[in-house]
Amino acid sequence: MTPTAPAKWGLRGLAFGYLGLLLLAPVGMIFYKTFEHGFGPPWEAMTSPEALHAIQLTLLMVAVAVPLNTIFGVGCALLLVRRRWWGNGIIDAIINLPFAISPIVIGLSLYLLYGNDGWFGPTLTEWGFQVLFSWPGMVLASIFVSLPFVVREVVPVLQEIGTEQEQAASTLGANGWQTFWRVTLPAIRWGVAYGIVLTTARVLGEFGAVTIVSGSISGETETLPLYVAKAFEQFQEEAAYAGAIVLALLALTTLLLMSVGGRRAKVSSNPVPSVAEVPVPISNTKEGS
Amino acid sequence: MEAHPANLPPVSAAPRAGIRLPGLGTGLGRGMVVLYLSLMVLLPLAAVVDESLASGLDSFWNAVSGDRSVAALKLTIVCSLIVVAINAVFGTIIAWVLVRDDFPGKGAVNALIDLPFALPTIVAGLTLLTLYGSESPIGLNVAFTRVAIVMALCFITLPFVVRSVQPLLMEMDREMEEASTSLGASGFTTFRRVIFPNLLPGIVAGVMLAFARALGEYGSLILISGNIPFETEVSSVFIRSQIETGNESGAAAVSVVLLALSVVMLIAVSLIARSGRHSKNGRLRNAVNRVISRSQMGGGP
Repeated sequence: MTPTAPAKWGLRGLAFGYLGLLLLAPVGMIFYKTFEHGFGPPWEAMTSPEALHAIQLTLLMVAVAVPLNTIFGVGCALLLVRRRWWGNGIIDAIINLPFAISPIVIGLSLYLLYGNDGWFGPTLTEWGFQVLFSWPGMVLASIFVSLPFVVREVVPVLQEIGTEQEQAASTLGANGWQTFWRVTLPAIRWGVAYGIVLTTARVLGEFGAVTIVSGSISGETETLPLYVAKAFEQFQEEAAYAGAIVLALLALTTLLLMSVGGRRAKVSSNPVPSVAEVPVPISNTKEGS
Repeated sequence: MEAHPANLPPVSAAPRAGIRLPGLGTGLGRGMVVLYLSLMVLLPLAAVVDESLASGLDSFWNAVSGDRSVAALKLTIVCSLIVVAINAVFGTIIAWVLVRDDFPGKGAVNALIDLPFALPTIVAGLTLLTLYGSESPIGLNVAFTRVAIVMALCFITLPFVVRSVQPLLMEMDREMEEASTSLGASGFTTFRRVIFPNLLPGIVAGVMLAFARALGEYGSLILISGNIPFETEVSSVFIRSQIETGNESGAAAVSVVLLALSVVMLIAVSLIARSGRHSKNGRLRNAVNRVISRSQMGGGP
């Protein structure tokens, strides 16, 4: 159907109007408010000891949660795709759970487990581990909320590449690890990269779950999103906006990385030989001569 | 004798079960995966369910049917329903414009659609406050009202319907529409009888995902909704206030209700995505899986 000119402009107007009012204007406004008086005030706000500590703690969350979830994600995806087992259906369903649950409920669940009258809380306190209102609890919350990304991104790639190359490698005498490092991992690398980007973005921005388990102690258990919320509630709007801009820029970077990664993934799964593959016959003839 | 090379089985012997991959063949890998999932996800959730039922079904029911928790649940569900209705209409229109229309900067607009998914939820709320809060430069202050809740949820859930409908629109056969028009159907009739039925599975899937997300939303609402009990307090905020006042079993009971609702939604969506005429090429399923994964970047559901 080719809509008539008025219908076309009407639809365009509705779409742009909605996007503009809901998305573009507010995002533009927060950038304007942050840099209203130049770069100085937001820079100062972001280099205050509290803000720097919040940034450090946020990076610590990423440094622990992302590698753990990446290793788990790749292993779990291999298990789901390459192994037939009666438990796979159950695992597959459980993997999706963190996506369906409100972050507040996730926070509550860890609170109930590691709190003072929780299942593990008293024992761990006896042993000298402080989980709740401390960074280990926040790391657990970050792991929980970002657990499914790598699995979800790698599973379809594994299904798509099939097992022929892995079988060839193992026929040629490669052991399990060699097959994994030389054949499987290079084939799924863009899926893994995608998953890592999404996991990182989620850990950087997590608010609800971390709020509950951290106690939000200023300068101690405050990640950047918590810092933004607290600054705003204490009428330090400049600090709140500056923190929000840092997070927003990280989000935009994520989108950029994803669109680049998406294009790369498409190129690498293209059956037509790429330029890099052209020299192959030449090297073959050299070997033959 | 075993050590003698000649007696060793050929290296190229095909693995008995599938491909040999590190650790997994021994069951060790499988055990690690199950252990990690249990420790990180299942145990905490079990603690919530246990806490909600710790003092019996009666107290569970009392906690859920208390005035304040009913008001919060009602507000959450009604706002989420309004939001998904708005999403269904505008999401479809935006998807249409992005697929069928042509204008400069279309690629950029298309990329920006995912921004609400990527933006941390606390930033989303703050962003809306700068334009529609008490210091609104256009004199439109909706902060601490129910309108603000609907607005924040619309922001957060914007991409769901767009991204579920887009692939279906791209795939749709234009010949059907042309046939309909050439047989004398008006533009609206063609939309109602030909286009809409084709897009419906995508719209429904997007709406359900958006609903599940809206039900549990917290970060984007905390600054903008005001959190006034019986007025603008949604369920997730109610749960938090119960934790802070030490009523953990009450918090757990409402959590279990939210949990059950979103899990039902997620199951329903995967059933819709799996069934129907779109299952053949899996377009809708792929779209839904992608939307689910992307929707979680900035926080949520």
